[in-house]
Amino acid sequence: MLVSDIKSRPIYPGLEPDLYALSNLIVCDRAGAEAVSDMMRRADARFAERSAILICAEDFDQWKAIDEAIQGFKPAVATTFPSLNDTILELDALLGGAKMGVCVYAAGSEPLIGSVVQTAMRHHIDHRSVRTEHRGSLKRRVQCVHCKALTENVTTNPVKCSGCGLMLLVRDHYSRRFAAFQGVCIDAEVPGEIPEQKAEFL
Amino acid sequence: MTSSSTRRVRVVEVEPVADRIKRFRFVDVSGEKLPTFSGGSHVVVTMRAPDGHLWRNPYSLMGSPADASSYQISVCRADDSRGGSDYMHDNVRVGSELDVTNPINLFSIARKARKHLLIAGGIGITPFMSMMHELAAANANFELHYKVRSQTRGAFCNDLVRQYGSRVHTYRSDAGHALPLGTLLRDQPVGTHLYVCGPQAMIDWALESGRAAGWPHENLHSEHFSAPRPGSPFTVKLARSECEIQVGPQQSILEALEQNGIDPPSLCRGGACGQCETRVLARTGALQHNDHYLTEEEKLGGEKIMICVSRTAGNCLTLDL
Repeated sequence: MLVSDIKSRPIYPGLEPDLYALSNLIVCDRAGAEAVSDMMRRADARFAERSAILICAEDFDQWKAIDEAIQGFKPAVATTFPSLNDTILELDALLGGAKMGVCVYAAGSEPLIGSVVQTAMRHHIDHRSVRTEHRGSLKRRVQCVHCKALTENVTTNPVKCSGCGLMLLVRDHYSRRFAAFQGVCIDAEVPGEIPEQKAEFL
Repeated sequence: MTSSSTRRVRVVEVEPVADRIKRFRFVDVSGEKLPTFSGGSHVVVTMRAPDGHLWRNPYSLMGSPADASSYQISVCRADDSRGGSDYMHDNVRVGSELDVTNPINLFSIARKARKHLLIAGGIGITPFMSMMHELAAANANFELHYKVRSQTRGAFCNDLVRQYGSRVHTYRSDAGHALPLGTLLRDQPVGTHLYVCGPQAMIDWALESGRAAGWPHENLHSEHFSAPRPGSPFTVKLARSECEIQVGPQQSILEALEQNGIDPPSLCRGGACGQCETRVLARTGALQHNDHYLTEEEKLGGEKIMICVSRTAGNCLTLDL
């Protein structure tokens, strides 16, 4: 489990099926699909029939190839999308007409989980109601506290801001509203004194 | 509770609003403004009988949270009153003075909700009175579903309909009306929150139905002001204070301590908030946990007790107080 002494750093307890939910909206990437399969095996036989699975395939070799294990559970819907953005747009559309009784799940990288929680919150769902599990890459979405630009798929620390070009120290300080970790200028005191870049978030 | 957190108030209005229900309005004795509060708040009222008997009961504030000039509470004379509600009905009149705590809110509005579904039973309407003031002022989407035994027991029915119109739905048991909870739960937009206050059976019914309809715990809110469950009398020993106090069959440990001038921390007096959690050092017999705060493991562990509602089946209990 990912831990930190920064309180805002999200904790992902792991996917558990909500057996009371009338319908399930499940979002995952390739690594997260394994967590979804694990959850399906623990749920009742009809759980898959109540479930729509949105698969973000941006890290798939062939994005139309839906994970075989997921298909094997015969969910009501399983759709693949070429990017996280497209996946989230579909989730947003589905939540638009949703009734109470739906349960939202997110499994995979932190940017994916963060985007799902952010979208659910926009539909007035409590962030604690979204069931989450981290799998796969430790990559992060980073917001520059100086220019506010978001830098996607960050695997190194420090990292160059995609907006203003400053070298940013990636902190554990997290914003649920922006679904991003905060990055602060690393050489503010002594310009040019930049520690070696390390691949911390592979 | 500590005495510094209470203030002296004077009753300026007493109005019978329905069979067995009276509304009391009071102001600070010094004429100062009272603290503003949020919808769903309550105060704990201290009542002292001439013979020294002491009651402390929580009552929801019913007025507008925006009005700090006075507070209003409503008191239903309990069928099995342990003395507090009888005292309020029989002894408190215009000019009487009482001690009340600052407002406490353990039943607050979920401000990020899309919609609010309020479920009230009988005198359980009171916390919703201040909540609806606040929701209406914020132009929030809400519905009240209010179950009463009969027209004469239904406090405020007409006022509520006049004030909030079609957002208020009332159901009378004596006319065979049923509150259509199942239908309501099935047909709410995502982001709706449910709040229930009323008899214990109604609260259990609403919370269990909510979970069964797939509502997450985060969207289900309840408040109950039930008297602590009675039991057999026993002795409580306070290890640090080195004294022994008798707890009567109708009394909670907290009430017995207060009666003897001991003032341990407490807040909700209903086993919900966790403020009065106390370590058990020794006991005879099994603990009777009546709270909603400790986990099942903690209850089985027998090392902690919520002294506002829980007791022991044995004859002696030693506490770390």
